Amino acid sequence: MNDAGSPRSAGTPGSQERETAARGRAVPGARQQDAHFFDADAGPVVRPYAMTRGRTSSATRHRLDLIAIVIPEPAADDPDGDHTLAPEHVEIVQLCQDSPQSIAELAATLDLPVGVVRVLVGDLVEEQLVHVTRPVEPAELPDESLLREVIDGLRAL
Amino acid sequence: MVFGRSSRKQRPVEPVTLKILVAGGFGVGKTTLVGAVSEIRPLRTEETLSEAGRPVDDTHGVESKTTTTVAMDFGRITLREDLVLYLFGTPGQDRFWFLWDELAQGALGAVVLADTRRLEDCFAAVDYFERRQIPFTVAVNCFDGAPRHAAENVAAALDLDPDVPVMLCDARDRESAKEVLIGVVEHALEVSASRRRAAATS
Repeated sequence: MNDAGSPRSAGTPGSQERETAARGRAVPGARQQDAHFFDADAGPVVRPYAMTRGRTSSATRHRLDLIAIVIPEPAADDPDGDHTLAPEHVEIVQLCQDSPQSIAELAATLDLPVGVVRVLVGDLVEEQLVHVTRPVEPAELPDESLLREVIDGLRAL
Repeated sequence: MVFGRSSRKQRPVEPVTLKILVAGGFGVGKTTLVGAVSEIRPLRTEETLSEAGRPVDDTHGVESKTTTTVAMDFGRITLREDLVLYLFGTPGQDRFWFLWDELAQGALGAVVLADTRRLEDCFAAVDYFERRQIPFTVAVNCFDGAPRHAAENVAAALDLDPDVPVMLCDARDRESAKEVLIGVVEHALEVSASRRRAAATS
């Protein structure tokens, strides 16, 4: 877990509950006396949206598509040093620095529901630490030259 | 500083992303087909759904929402550094229809996988793509030991529009799965061209 509970981030408003949420997820049954109630099979003890502090949507204007790609901004070069970020935010930035990833891939890699990833990425967009590509407009087919490139690309596989 | 963190990497390329849906009944081979061509092991992602999966959630009344979780399998094909194709297997169960709208949004096309022993399993998917005017093809997954039917008989049994391509495939086979995908994109190209012509003459 990235810096969860490190004293330097304790002063940030909201950080405490986020860290608690993150810890709760990572260590089901952490309280010893409850150990026989929870094991790994019980799934997350903290509901997924606790990581978003209950938010089911973010301030970003557009609903993030499953195949929208998350691209880190130069400002996000040291996410570990940003004390306002939750461990999940840091993880998303770091994954995308290795190679930009889609919302769907992030959800699968982090084992979080897509809705939670949308909120977390929305936060990062808001903070201008990442930007997100916008796939083809809904209700529109991609243009024909692009489709030809896809066909050529598939043939070349 | 030459080796500083910020100069460590070039700015990443921003790829254009496209998606193709793989639909069909439960157990017809959707994940197999995705796995046959995907460069990554098919990934599984979960969407937590509230009530009827309303497209816009607001934060009011979250406490009282009942939620359910549905899994989607997907794969990725990097065609070029700047062109990435995602394949999404649609959830098989009928009760997750509403999730299809999100998946279908912006999809370049779809393939409906069919098993001739249970052809009725794919009626719903065919119907869905017809109504939404999403270009789709039907690919008959030729299971070992299942009787073979000619593509035109399958087209007749499904009452398809004459321009909807039907192909036979083996979802386990990479080359066969590739042909299926090429078929979908070629069909999308035809649909796109004919819509453009229709728009130009009207």
